[in-house]
Amino acid sequence: MVFDLAWLSPLAHGLILTLEITLTCIAIGIVFGILLALGRVYGGRLISIPCSIYIQVFRGTPLLVQLLMIYYGLPSWGISLSAFTSGILALGLNTAAYQAEYLRGAIQAVKGGQMMAARSLGMTLPQAIRYVILPQAFRIVIPSWSNELILMFKYSSIVFSVTLLDLMGVGKRIAARNFRYFEVFIVVALFYLALVFIITQLLRLLEKQVRIPGLGEHAEHR
Amino acid sequence: MSLLKVEDVHKRYGKEEVLKGVSFELERGETKVIIGPSGTGKSTLLRCINQLSPPEKGRVWLDGVEITHAHAKINDLRAQIGFVFQSFNLFSHLTALRNVRIGPIKVKGMSKEEATKLAMEELARVGLEDKADAYPAQLSGGQQQRVSIARAYAMRPKLILFDEPTSALDPELIGEVLEAMINLAKGGMTMLVVTHEMGFARAVADEIIFMEHGVIAEQGNPQQMFSAPKHKRTGEFLNKITELYGETD
Amino acid sequence: MLLRGTLINIELLLALLIVGLLVGTVIALLQVYGGRFFGTLASGYAWIFRSIPALVLLFLFYFGPSQFGVNVAPFLAATIALGLRSSAYQSQIFRGALQAIPNGQMMAARSLGMSRLQAIVSIIIPQAFRLSIAGWSNEYSSVVKDTTLAYVVGLNEVLRHARIIIDRHYDLAMLAYLAVALIFLVLTYAGNWSLGRLEARIRIPGLQIGGEL
Repeated sequence: MVFDLAWLSPLAHGLILTLEITLTCIAIGIVFGILLALGRVYGGRLISIPCSIYIQVFRGTPLLVQLLMIYYGLPSWGISLSAFTSGILALGLNTAAYQAEYLRGAIQAVKGGQMMAARSLGMTLPQAIRYVILPQAFRIVIPSWSNELILMFKYSSIVFSVTLLDLMGVGKRIAARNFRYFEVFIVVALFYLALVFIITQLLRLLEKQVRIPGLGEHAEHR
Repeated sequence: MSLLKVEDVHKRYGKEEVLKGVSFELERGETKVIIGPSGTGKSTLLRCINQLSPPEKGRVWLDGVEITHAHAKINDLRAQIGFVFQSFNLFSHLTALRNVRIGPIKVKGMSKEEATKLAMEELARVGLEDKADAYPAQLSGGQQQRVSIARAYAMRPKLILFDEPTSALDPELIGEVLEAMINLAKGGMTMLVVTHEMGFARAVADEIIFMEHGVIAEQGNPQQMFSAPKHKRTGEFLNKITELYGETD
Repeated sequence: MLLRGTLINIELLLALLIVGLLVGTVIALLQVYGGRFFGTLASGYAWIFRSIPALVLLFLFYFGPSQFGVNVAPFLAATIALGLRSSAYQSQIFRGALQAIPNGQMMAARSLGMSRLQAIVSIIIPQAFRLSIAGWSNEYSSVVKDTTLAYVVGLNEVLRHARIIIDRHYDLAMLAYLAVALIFLVLTYAGNWSLGRLEARIRIPGLQIGGEL
């Protein structure tokens, strides 16, 4: 078993691309996910039904199929996107659906009395959502969204199938050229493990920073 | 012109009609207490007044402006009516101080400095200025309810509605809340209170309204209601709750 | 023709779920009852197989052995790779269920004179299985979609069939993928519906975890 240390450098570059892709798609997912969740909960039938359909479709179909559809399928309809764009679009649209569902659950977990109190003060619905409901919902949703971030980090590996040289893509190229699949992918696995560990710790720190006493997982109303 | 006028309000939940035509008026500075068996729609009536639960039929006026009107500016009107909930409903993600000042800032457009000063005054008025930076989960039930009263009063409403404000509290904590409410009443606030606390009613109520089966069965000033009620049922009910809830002052 | 490929996906799905269930149950039991040494090993196993991307596992189990002269069929490699991965997730679901069972159950069983093993087998595990069903619904939904990943190790499943169609009729690419997407929507809903029926049938009033685990 031989592993050439010279391979570490290209692998690290691949890792950077992986992180770029992950963070970009999560950002898309958060913004779009918030819109979808708000549409689902507060939109009238005209808005909430399309949102619901979107969410169910993107959660009910495989991510790989979504990616291939965008990269290989759209050209047959005349739309050609670069590999990178296809990658972040597919991942972003997918994670938005999941994030929307988690946020919707969190919004509905905020007790009804909070909205009543806000409206009783004279706040408009948008004000109540912005100042009372969402701040609480965001704290409740953090564990689910953290999970989603890590999940996306792992699933970003599928972009190698559309020729992107992320950690997975670089790994495959080196392994194929040198016929050293075992060693290379053990190292790739170690890279992922290390990053998952680091990201998990960072997220836990974040959660602690924004914790409100009595709100969230540790609340007594559970 | 009366401050609050309620006319023939009907409210239905599913198949059941909970309010079957309730009418009364409230003058400026008056305190009226609503009593009655559970489920007679007392809380529902309060929610009909500030439109959290709009009535099917009937009309409500605040200071001459019709709240139940289709084109009413409901948020403006709600800002003029305070509401204190049985389950407090303090905003869990905000400290006591921020709970009290968020209404003035976001709804009335006050500056943060002004609102903070106002909020601290109100917290002091209910005896909680040292808890300004505490979160609701860190406060006792009685403290939370007092903050809730401060929050309602900070909006300088024309009238405050109280929905069984002490029913969710441990017995030792009831006194401090009633005290805050009595101070408000003596200070001239117009109040409509749903409660079983007869000591409070005797101390400050201008009128007691007895509701049963979705309508007002009888109303009158406390002396008259306690000593010579017109209906037998009123007397029975009053006796029962005085037994249970005693005389607090 | 796509449907023939789908059959392979379904076979893979069943195979890997069974592997996942068997291994996952063992891991969960080790985590809860195995004592410090085995418990930590089990937790480590679960963490590793949850944190490594499915694709990396697929490559390791398919291409890895060929380096040492052993040729593994795509189906077997996929079953093992995805099965072990699922076992890690399923162990967490089952472990949550085991821990959600009130202490009193074990105490009552021991008071009757049952040994620890008897109590676990007759009292704890049956209840834990019922509590796990909601979590398994989620796992099913994830896994049914993950079977498409076996595409990258050459398994003759539905995406590969779609690819063949597309190579011949380039302009049908989008439609082919839409068809695959539709197939999976159906599979996901059919599966969840069946699991929902199963849960309703074996539900015992009063025995539930509030919502998902």
